[in-house]
Amino acid sequence: MDIGTILDAGVSSALGTTAIVYALAAIGLNVHFGYTGLLNFGQAGFMIVGAFGLATSVTTYGLPFWVGIAIAFGASVVLALILGFPTLRLRADYLAIVTIAAAEILRLVIGSVEAKDTFGGSNGLNGYAGTFKDLNPYDKGLDIGIASFSRDDLWSITVGWTLVALCCLLVWLLMRSPWGRLLRSIREDEDAVRSLGKNVFAYKMQALVLGGLFGTLAGIFFAVKQSSAVPSDYGTNVTFFAYTALLIGGAARVLGPVVGAMIFWFLMSATRSLFTQLTDDNGWKIPEQLMDATQASLFRFILVGLGLMLLMIFRPQGIFGDRKEIALDAR
Amino acid sequence: MFFFLLLPGAAQADETPSPTPTPSPGVTTTESEPPPSGSYIAVTLIDSSKKGPDGNGVPVPGVLLTVTDDSDTETGSATTDVNGRVFIPIPGNGTYKVTLDKSTLPEGVNLSGSGSTTKTVVVKIQGASFVQFQIGVKEVKGVAFGQKLIDAVVSGIKYGVIVALAALGLSLIFGTTGLTNFSHGEIMTFGGLVTYFANVTLGVPMWLAGVIALVAGGLFGYFQDRILWRPLRHRGTGLIAMMIVSIGLGLFLRSIYQYWFGGSTRTLREYVAQSERDFGPVSIAPKEIAIIVVATVVIAIVCIAIMRTRVGKAMRAVSDNPALAASSGMRVDGVISVVWVLGAALTALSGTLLAINSQVSFLMGFKLLLLVFAAVTLGGLGTVWGALLGSMIIGIMVEIGPLFGVPQSIKDVGALFVLIIVLLVRPQGILGRPERIG
Repeated sequence: MDIGTILDAGVSSALGTTAIVYALAAIGLNVHFGYTGLLNFGQAGFMIVGAFGLATSVTTYGLPFWVGIAIAFGASVVLALILGFPTLRLRADYLAIVTIAAAEILRLVIGSVEAKDTFGGSNGLNGYAGTFKDLNPYDKGLDIGIASFSRDDLWSITVGWTLVALCCLLVWLLMRSPWGRLLRSIREDEDAVRSLGKNVFAYKMQALVLGGLFGTLAGIFFAVKQSSAVPSDYGTNVTFFAYTALLIGGAARVLGPVVGAMIFWFLMSATRSLFTQLTDDNGWKIPEQLMDATQASLFRFILVGLGLMLLMIFRPQGIFGDRKEIALDAR
Repeated sequence: MFFFLLLPGAAQADETPSPTPTPSPGVTTTESEPPPSGSYIAVTLIDSSKKGPDGNGVPVPGVLLTVTDDSDTETGSATTDVNGRVFIPIPGNGTYKVTLDKSTLPEGVNLSGSGSTTKTVVVKIQGASFVQFQIGVKEVKGVAFGQKLIDAVVSGIKYGVIVALAALGLSLIFGTTGLTNFSHGEIMTFGGLVTYFANVTLGVPMWLAGVIALVAGGLFGYFQDRILWRPLRHRGTGLIAMMIVSIGLGLFLRSIYQYWFGGSTRTLREYVAQSERDFGPVSIAPKEIAIIVVATVVIAIVCIAIMRTRVGKAMRAVSDNPALAASSGMRVDGVISVVWVLGAALTALSGTLLAINSQVSFLMGFKLLLLVFAAVTLGGLGTVWGALLGSMIIGIMVEIGPLFGVPQSIKDVGALFVLIIVLLVRPQGILGRPERIG
């Protein structure tokens, strides 16, 4: 077994583009769930709106790249309003059901044969990321021993981590403002806030829109860094993984989702590398009846599910969180 | 060496009213031109809506097929022979695209599934690569709208009862524990997988496999409650936390199913394909009648039991007010155990019926979960009658949608839209009690 390879896979992934996507998505979920107590199970829906808002504008309608990004964010606001309007006055589980359903609607419609001319069907769209790739100032990739990145990835992670830092700064500033304190008090006791004459519905809606915009940014970044937008990349599991990342780091903490995403992807890639090595023909091998090469890459998903359950049961505040700050008793 | 490449086309009959048999591409009864030497792509065109003398579909001759390589350069084209077969030589390994010229299809024959006229083949070994196009699950022309409507309604009722069983399970559990269980679809998949295991691996008859799945589902529900949910309730874990735990459990179970069962979609051993029989205006396969009858009988028994028996009364009492039920001397935990066993058994049965109706895969329950949620919300969360009514509406709506212009490939989407509209207009659902929620 080669520990070096495992570490390389883990660290590359923890610092790489995938971790950035999930960090951004989880920052959005942190605004929703961590600070406001909204249970959004459809972050993938906001992401697919970002990816295809950009891709469709540029590839299908030939608009400039930056206009495409503006359209993506605009569509995300519209989506948040549509989702929030019927559900934010209701119990928490209604928002959960509607958001997960909306994310699936978007994925199915965008991936459908009938909308192939606009969204490219199940193969999706590409050829919209040129503007971003052309801005790349690097001439070659980087290899720092325990992790290595190609030239494109290096540019993507530079931009990506800058975006993550800016988002964290924004969340930090917002959450120490009176507006942020109000969101937290909604999470703690909605009725108390309402009795003070605040329009709880409007504040929840603002939080939903803001968190959705972070999700959209994650989707845009995802689509741009891999130069193709494919509907099946935005399945419900994306949302669940982002939740897991958020809960690992700690909800209602500014850096919680970022650290969580890094740890999550370190573990995902390291365990895949580990089990791939344990099932190939070099060295000690798990018996084929128990695990073959295909199963080796699936085993980590079992661990994610188990991890999410155990985390929620035994340490809902994650690594950095404060147990008192987790909205779990609302009905 | 022959390399059979069964592309998704073969499985696209999946959700159509009458699953068609998948003819094996290698079997030919009539002499046809021998395959060329070297590498080639073989395409078989079989019209599975008609039956030939050998019981398989009828071959479709005279259709032009073109093979292009990945740089869109044509490598060859040919028309199908009397056996619906064509061999097109290719230079070597690589990715090829096979395109079917739709205009050369005979009158009244249409492609089924998504109707895609191209298929991509990855050739990895020397020799033959086979491609199959599925043709004509149902003849498209010449069916009156009224007839299509009746067929769609019957098919909708069938889906409705399958959804209703799962919705009843979800609703019972939600009613007594308040848990919105996002891993409910996995209980359904469990039922389907147990049925598959019993029917295919152990080879027991279908009815017995169904009973085994029902019992196993009940046990699964009991232990799920005993090991996971009851300790959580006793710790005072909040409902939002439990919802996230159920998400984790769903992911965990789905991954385990995929780990052991694989990502493929498989069919049961018996009742895979049945031809439809005419009953007056309705033509329906016997297995579909069986599905509707079994589900209806089970639902009726459960509803009567909930209304008439002592346990049923206890369930309703716990669902109404758990604290009051406990203080009146009821064993709330015991009642909840019964609810879990009953709910999971019903859901597993719906998985069995779904497996008989279409196919088995590790995602079968998860795919239906949102429809179940839509049904339960439409009828009213936590109400038994609401779950049934909502399921029937959703089932029929999904099936008749395509007649009114909803694209076939996304017909489920309509049901999810209804879910959002209902919450906007009448959040408590059709039969739910209006209460101030939030």
